[in-house]
Amino acid sequence: MKSGVKRTTGYDIIVLVIMVILAILFIFPVYWIVTGSFKDAAAINAASPEWFPKNPTTDNYVRLFAKPAMRWLFNSVFIALMSMALTCMTAAMAGYALAKKRFVGRGLLFTFLVCAMALPKQVVLVPLLKEMSFLGLHDNVWAVILPTVGWPFGVFLMKQFSETIPTEMLEAVRIDGAGEVQTFLTIVLPIVKPGIGALAIFTFITTWNDYFLQLIMLNSSNTLTIALGIAKLQSEMSNDFGLIMAGAALGAIPIIAIFLMFQKYFTQGITMGAVKG
Amino acid sequence: MSKNNMTTRSKVLVMRETRSAYLFLLPSLIFFVGFVIIPMFMCLFTSFFNYTMSDFKFVGIGNYVEMFQDKIFQRAFWNTVLIVVVAVPAVTIFSLWVGSSIYRMHAVTRSFFRCVFYLPVVTGTVAVAVVWKWMFNKYTGLFNHVLSEVGLIDQNISWLGDEKTAIWCIIIILFTTSIGQPIVLYVAALGNVDTSLVEAAEVDGATDMQTFWKIKWPSIMPTTLYVLVITTINSFQCYALIQLLTSGGPNHSTDTIMYYIYYEAFKLNRYGYGNAMGIFLAAVIAIFSALQFKVTKSGSVD
Repeated sequence: MKSGVKRTTGYDIIVLVIMVILAILFIFPVYWIVTGSFKDAAAINAASPEWFPKNPTTDNYVRLFAKPAMRWLFNSVFIALMSMALTCMTAAMAGYALAKKRFVGRGLLFTFLVCAMALPKQVVLVPLLKEMSFLGLHDNVWAVILPTVGWPFGVFLMKQFSETIPTEMLEAVRIDGAGEVQTFLTIVLPIVKPGIGALAIFTFITTWNDYFLQLIMLNSSNTLTIALGIAKLQSEMSNDFGLIMAGAALGAIPIIAIFLMFQKYFTQGITMGAVKG
Repeated sequence: MSKNNMTTRSKVLVMRETRSAYLFLLPSLIFFVGFVIIPMFMCLFTSFFNYTMSDFKFVGIGNYVEMFQDKIFQRAFWNTVLIVVVAVPAVTIFSLWVGSSIYRMHAVTRSFFRCVFYLPVVTGTVAVAVVWKWMFNKYTGLFNHVLSEVGLIDQNISWLGDEKTAIWCIIIILFTTSIGQPIVLYVAALGNVDTSLVEAAEVDGATDMQTFWKIKWPSIMPTTLYVLVITTINSFQCYALIQLLTSGGPNHSTDTIMYYIYYEAFKLNRYGYGNAMGIFLAAVIAIFSALQFKVTKSGSVD
């Protein structure tokens, strides 16, 4: 790969063995959720664990869908999609302005954004809930979407991607008489498209899993998300492990599938979003 | 004369640029100011009030004074510190080791392991907690089963129900859900290390350890700093695992500041007191981040 031939050393083999063991440990929770969701009550409560369901049953899913599980799933999808769309739109515009425009107050704004990023997001949840009640959005899915869009991570990410737009190109179209909107749509957007992809998938996954924010903002049965639904099952029917596992599978499998499909963009999003200095 | 003309012209240009810049920034700023900045100031402001469902009275630094005398808060504070002090170095060192190990592998293998270590993050805290709760279960859990099969214990341990073990269970789970992002960052950072420097060192007969510490380590320093800061912020805010697994018990042995804020603000409706603790937590995180920044900066100069 790099210079010359690298011999496989004993150390490499030890590393590989450890990595494989760790990989099994990290995959195990997902394996256990999926197999557990198909086990009957006897198998799931057995004193010695049944590694694979001997008598697979879909009974857990039947009981899960007797509850408003589809509604929970729908709410999770809606919140994640809306947050994703709004974050991408606002961040693409703001990131472009921060990267390519020299304007009054740019330094100050940038400092503000950096400081906000370094602050603990969860600390503002108490006043945020009050604010949402004031806006009449208490127990409304928008109370989760709006703060998610406000978080400045996306602006940073899009700023990083917008730095790659050649300034000469922007000047050339300006001389040709293109307006701001036209420049943004025809020059900027095509160049930062990979960034938008990365931000979209990143926002979707983190919003889907932002349990704390959802917990604070949502509480009636038709606004619950799948994460809240699983937690509710766990606290209300703590002995029905099969049902809980089915819920966990319903919450985890779609998002894992999306992650695996788009993991290239996702990785890019994490790396480019790392603010330096 | 012409110089003067130039400056007025460029002033006009700057003003025009500023106006269009803010039009592009406007949608984002509405959300940022509305749902990040305003709540932050509200948090600070109301922390000086006795603010409950029925009351809104200025108490100066009363909430802060109460906080430092509150025994449960002190316990929550030291628990949080313990989590941070254990989890942050563990996550950083482990993810650096994994990152540099899988970085040397074939692209497909590397991508596989990167996904695997990210899995707990993607799966989500709630689903992951479901499995861990079962593994730690006193009667049907995996750990007790394995340990008694091997013969290490003769009595089942109540992992989450014992003051001595509960917080360590939380730290272990926090660890598995925290290493995904640092590993991705380290793999990327190692990919950006100047290969010509590494090759030159190898030609000069430097060992793997020497190339790592002399060339790679300094150039991945910004990544290490970033990893330290985000892991610190996340560990200080440890909340969801506590709420899902122990609810702060037994006997407040797993209370964290974040959990206690939630408890005071949302269970007892003492918003002002909760916000005061929030401000305190934010200040502590800011100090820790600044310290890490300083230490890693001075370290990389040597």
